[in-house]
Amino acid sequence: MLYRESGDFKTSYSQDQQTFPIVFDRVGYFILLALALLVVPLIINDYWVNAVILPFLIYSIAAIGLNILTGYCGQVSLGSGGFMAVGAYASYKLMTAFPDMSMVIVILLSGGVTALVGLLFGLPSLRIKGFYLAVATLAAQFFLVWLFNRVPWFYNYSATGMIKAPERTIFGQPITGAEVSPAISYLFCLGFVLFLAWIARNMTRGVNGRKWMAIRDMDIAAEIIGVNPLRTKLTAFAASSFYVGVAGALLFSVYLGSVEVGEAFGVGKSFLILFMIIIGGLGSMFGSFAGAAFMVLMPVLLKNIMVGQFGWAPDLAAHFEFVIVGGLIVLFLILEPHGIAQLWRIAKEKLRLWPFPH
Amino acid sequence: MPAEFYYGVEVFINGLMAGVMYSLVALGFVLIFKASGIFNYAQGVMALFAALTLVGFQNGQVPFAHLINAIFGTDLHHFGWHMPAFLAIAFTLLVMICFAYVVEFLILKHLVNQEPIILFMATIGLAYFMEGFGDLMWGSDIKKLDVGIPQGGNFWIEESTAFLGGENFYGFYLDNLDIVAAILALILVSSLVMFSQYTKTGRALRAVADDHQAALSVGISLRTIWVIVWSIAGFVALIAGIMWGSKSGVQFSLSLIALKALPVLMLGGFTSIPGAIIGGLMIGVGEKMFEFLIGAPYLGGATENWFAYMLALLFLVFRPQGLFGEKIIERV
Repeated sequence: MLYRESGDFKTSYSQDQQTFPIVFDRVGYFILLALALLVVPLIINDYWVNAVILPFLIYSIAAIGLNILTGYCGQVSLGSGGFMAVGAYASYKLMTAFPDMSMVIVILLSGGVTALVGLLFGLPSLRIKGFYLAVATLAAQFFLVWLFNRVPWFYNYSATGMIKAPERTIFGQPITGAEVSPAISYLFCLGFVLFLAWIARNMTRGVNGRKWMAIRDMDIAAEIIGVNPLRTKLTAFAASSFYVGVAGALLFSVYLGSVEVGEAFGVGKSFLILFMIIIGGLGSMFGSFAGAAFMVLMPVLLKNIMVGQFGWAPDLAAHFEFVIVGGLIVLFLILEPHGIAQLWRIAKEKLRLWPFPH
Repeated sequence: MPAEFYYGVEVFINGLMAGVMYSLVALGFVLIFKASGIFNYAQGVMALFAALTLVGFQNGQVPFAHLINAIFGTDLHHFGWHMPAFLAIAFTLLVMICFAYVVEFLILKHLVNQEPIILFMATIGLAYFMEGFGDLMWGSDIKKLDVGIPQGGNFWIEESTAFLGGENFYGFYLDNLDIVAAILALILVSSLVMFSQYTKTGRALRAVADDHQAALSVGISLRTIWVIVWSIAGFVALIAGIMWGSKSGVQFSLSLIALKALPVLMLGGFTSIPGAIIGGLMIGVGEKMFEFLIGAPYLGGATENWFAYMLALLFLVFRPQGLFGEKIIERV
């Protein structure tokens, strides 16, 4: 009844093109924002931040990044884990080389470095298409992980070969290291998520986004109407790698604190992020968030139910997780190839007509 | 000739043998890709699953023992018999055929006419499912697989080549297992080629590979063909699983050989059975020689992790369809 666009007249193009055309959505969005910014930091505790919220926020950034490349531009990548590692190591090198640099700048610069690396590995995409490209991006994944494992300069010649985030502060509050308060790390990551999601949303509906989608839908036709395929694919690779790099930097510096590259950024992570966008919905901002939330929450939930309630062994629960994730991916591809985002869209369509569906 | 040179030759030959192992996995990929246009990421996990099932049958393990114990509080683990290897292999083959049928019935049937990339992702989902399912069924500890294939260095080759290199050279070291794998691969490929060229079913397979709709219209049942193809791929996976399992134990990392098979396919081309073999040999030799000549002395070692992918990447930039693949023609 409330969920209607009737009576809400758009009088300018910018009103017509806005992200949330329905008043209810708009209001809901701002309420959610206010809750996330004002209420959640007050009630948040350590368990929730570390088990659920930080991974959700950070993986949403990575999922948005991969969605730009795969969902909007149609180039499947299995190298996200490697690019996250680039972001993490770039932030580590920057933090140790310039101790006074602000953490915000460090994170953004690490994203920039990752974007450059992404450009490099995006170059073959002009010749290689489809899953040939997917396999080619595996080269990035394995090469980068090997590089960070074998070249001591990247981990500052530490004996363990691991990198550990030094303690840094932001506005006088510690943001990395052992003494971080949950609210600060939450707000820090939330800030990045909101800012980057806002940019991504506007990028994907602007000139660049339309070019990406043209390439995705049919590259030859796009070329004929004057879309430069090389430049378009490379901008997609750069933008996507930037996001993934930022996610990697945050994952390392704020969430994990210390990282062993093969373990934290292995090929499993690439698949995890790919699953997020498949389950969430390819080519949808909402889908990136929904997929990240799903993939972060589900293991926690399963573990709580199976280990906490039934008292099963943790490895049994881990096996079940594999079975369920795999089964769900197949199920989603069969029933709803466009993921949770499409279910959401259908629900909204139904809601518009409710309670008189004719 | 210095001993270094002979050592290099030995590395080369061992590279060839490693390549054969990659080819065994790559073969399964090619079969399925040719017949259904599906890029089956789950091939490596199928090999793992087949090997797990084989070991399970041999040792008489109770399937899902952990799960049953967790739910009912029982303490089951073994039936208490040992099955001879050939019987266990036959039973495993049966399981793989059932698996092919189930995959067709539950997944492929519903995904006809989807884009290739969707199918690819579906097989990734399948791979995850099977990995968890295999572990649930047989437990995730590392198992030893022994079906009576000789292992260890081949003394005959070692002794008869020892005279070549002087004092510090004791002859070429070749593992018996690798030799068996090479022979098996040879038999497998030739019988597959014979099967697809000279039998009625083989002709139907090629027809489906050529054009789904045309094949349907002359009365070939797509679904039957798919079950057959996945069964054959299951059989190839079983052999790959036996070889890899005897070599390094049946464990989770076995499923990662699927990732190694991908660059093999890209080099050889997705649609060519000989391509899978030659691509595998090239990758095997290439990565071993690169590690020997450049990787270990100058780059700090372990270059085998990525060399294959880089080689395939560079190769594809110049020849996107691989060595023997059909030329990719884009029609508008």
